[in-house]
Amino acid sequence: MNKTLTRRGLLQGSAVAAALALSLTGCGGGAPTAQQTVSSSAVEEALQKGGKLTVWAWEPTLKKVVEGFEAKYPNVDVELVNAGTGNDQYTALQNAISAGSGVPDVAQIEYYALPQFSLAKSVTDLSQFGASELKDTFTPGPWASVQAAGGVYGLPMDSGPMALFYNKEVFDKHGIAVPKTWDEFLEAGRALKKADPNAYIANDTGDAGFTTSMIWQAGGKPYKVEGSNVTVNFSDEGSSKFTETWQKLIDEKLLAPVGSWSDEWYKGLGSGTIATLPIGAWMPGNLSSGVAEGEGKWRAAPLPQWEEGGKSSSENGGSSLAIPAAGSQAALAYGFLEYSNVDDGVKTRIDGGSFPATAKEISSPEFLNAEFKYFGGQQANKVFAESAQNVVQGWSYLPFQVYANSIFNDTVGQAYVSDTKLTDGLASWQKATVKYGSEQGFTLKE
Amino acid sequence: MTMASPTLAAPAASAAIQRRPRRRPWTGWWFIGPFMAVFALVFLAPITYSIYLSVFRNQLIGGSAFVGLDNYVRALTDPQFWSALGRVSLFLTVQVPVMLSIALLVALALDSGRLYGKSFFRISIFLPYAVPAVVAALMWGFMYGTRFGLVGNINQAFGLSLPSPLSADLVLLSIGNIVTWEFIGYNMLIFFSALTVIPKSLYEAAEIDGAGQLRIITAIKLPAIRGAIVVATIFSVIGSFQLFNEPSILKSLSPNTISTFFTPNLYAYSLSFSGQQYNYSATVAIIMGLLTMAIAFAVQVRGMRKER
Repeated sequence: MNKTLTRRGLLQGSAVAAALALSLTGCGGGAPTAQQTVSSSAVEEALQKGGKLTVWAWEPTLKKVVEGFEAKYPNVDVELVNAGTGNDQYTALQNAISAGSGVPDVAQIEYYALPQFSLAKSVTDLSQFGASELKDTFTPGPWASVQAAGGVYGLPMDSGPMALFYNKEVFDKHGIAVPKTWDEFLEAGRALKKADPNAYIANDTGDAGFTTSMIWQAGGKPYKVEGSNVTVNFSDEGSSKFTETWQKLIDEKLLAPVGSWSDEWYKGLGSGTIATLPIGAWMPGNLSSGVAEGEGKWRAAPLPQWEEGGKSSSENGGSSLAIPAAGSQAALAYGFLEYSNVDDGVKTRIDGGSFPATAKEISSPEFLNAEFKYFGGQQANKVFAESAQNVVQGWSYLPFQVYANSIFNDTVGQAYVSDTKLTDGLASWQKATVKYGSEQGFTLKE
Repeated sequence: MTMASPTLAAPAASAAIQRRPRRRPWTGWWFIGPFMAVFALVFLAPITYSIYLSVFRNQLIGGSAFVGLDNYVRALTDPQFWSALGRVSLFLTVQVPVMLSIALLVALALDSGRLYGKSFFRISIFLPYAVPAVVAALMWGFMYGTRFGLVGNINQAFGLSLPSPLSADLVLLSIGNIVTWEFIGYNMLIFFSALTVIPKSLYEAAEIDGAGQLRIITAIKLPAIRGAIVVATIFSVIGSFQLFNEPSILKSLSPNTISTFFTPNLYAYSLSFSGQQYNYSATVAIIMGLLTMAIAFAVQVRGMRKER
């Protein structure tokens, strides 16, 4: 029993590898054409015929979406499974894929992790359902994140254009202006420290997602991916812009040594000892549920710029829904994706506090004019929507970003607790990443 | 007579010989079968599967291929593996003697019969062992907090600035403290139960001969419980090499000082669950298993040699 399973896993592994090798060589010549081979009426037919769909996701607003979906298509029975958050779910998914059984029909995959699955073709190319036509439906950042090798490997579900959340009360009390550039951010940090030795401008103990988003905004492109050819280079201009400023913040001990999502963090955000939070636009829901005492004190502002008068922004977090290739009900699954991420489901999720990835919703007056009680009545979505339009183009994640992020604190994290400089930390992260990539069969360049 | 008896007995004997070889093994197997089945399933199969995994390499590009002993060569030249092994070895040489000495001291104190509230004392020393390791690590993690934890409170109350127990220099010591706290009671119980079976008449005889308490301990009690000490040491050696729960939980509080290769087990875990390097992870696990066995065996041989 055990043995046959293994054998089958191995066979499948090599089949995937062979397919991959074929597709990679295919990439070399000409641009691949993405054509619709399954008509929308076929999808509609599958929806009417019904069946049972298994969806792996941890995004809380999906529960309501499933209810609405089942009401609209009574023959479809959706089982929403929380198979873990982030990495835990990817591990479970990867295991199910290599075992060849228990693979869900739909899976939530964050943008940074999607390349890992699309590269191995373990998720379905959705252009066969005509997903390529949806380009203008979504905002540019998330849309770019689901593209790979001429295909579309997921439909964007939400997005996280970055913004600077700040505790207005703290800034007013000490008469400090809200920073518009990262230089001003540094100055504000110094001024705050002077005024109140217990207060910090922000918290940071080394977070891969945050660091890559910052470099992204600064115009850095440390990762270049073309098929199996991967370049990792953290010595470009964008990366050094970030390290220069951030090194000063670390050296002068202006960053609270408190990990995000810890108890201390929530307390600090509430008590005013952590004054700002540069993070994705999905944050408001977490603030109102986790930092209730901050209500009315916090505001949202555009992310500080690297150049005066600049407008650039980047994405931080956000996820897509994808269809694992091992599933047998792709048409039905695509019907769910469309409902959830393009049609009625979008509204349901916005009402639940999620930040949409669809262009129409982001520019609708209803969305833009919504007043946030938590932010003292501020129309914060205007800030976020502008950020979403200004996301720097051309960023890509590694096809093995999940692993790279897992060793971030072994390398870059050392800059936060020892004499190691950020640039050295990034250099050793680069080295470890390159080593892993080569072991996994990629052609790596630095 | 001597000539005749074999011929007489021959038919019966040959009949027995014919029947026996068929019956004997099967009856035996009926008894041993259930055990063998469970043993093969839960013990041999995983080990065989690990060894099988360890001679392959699976790549994101290229799939799975037989690589022979490549993974073993890689592990033995892997600086991260050696640093993990070095760390648990250091842990072992410092933490185990401290823990066992305290446990021994407590067991001797209990056995001396001079303590008031003996059973209360015994229970309260043993209690930490009943707390699940995960809960214990979480609890200590909160206490180690320099902002809102116990350390933070002490700093505030006395105007001190104690360093964070989770800083790079102190984190191993802090983990040692948790493990010691957890396992003193357990080892105390092993020692104490060994002490209670020593015949009381020996003590009386020693007292008549004019031996003091210290002499009784060194000449009677300690030699008598040497077996228990060896067993406790072996358990502790294995426990140290398998260190995982405490660093794994504290890692979320202090990700920069507890690396993904902090202990060999944590390394194997990260390789497997974040890096999908199941093959290499299995290799690391096998090497650690062999090393642990070798060291536990050495401890046992050393302990038994003294006894002779």
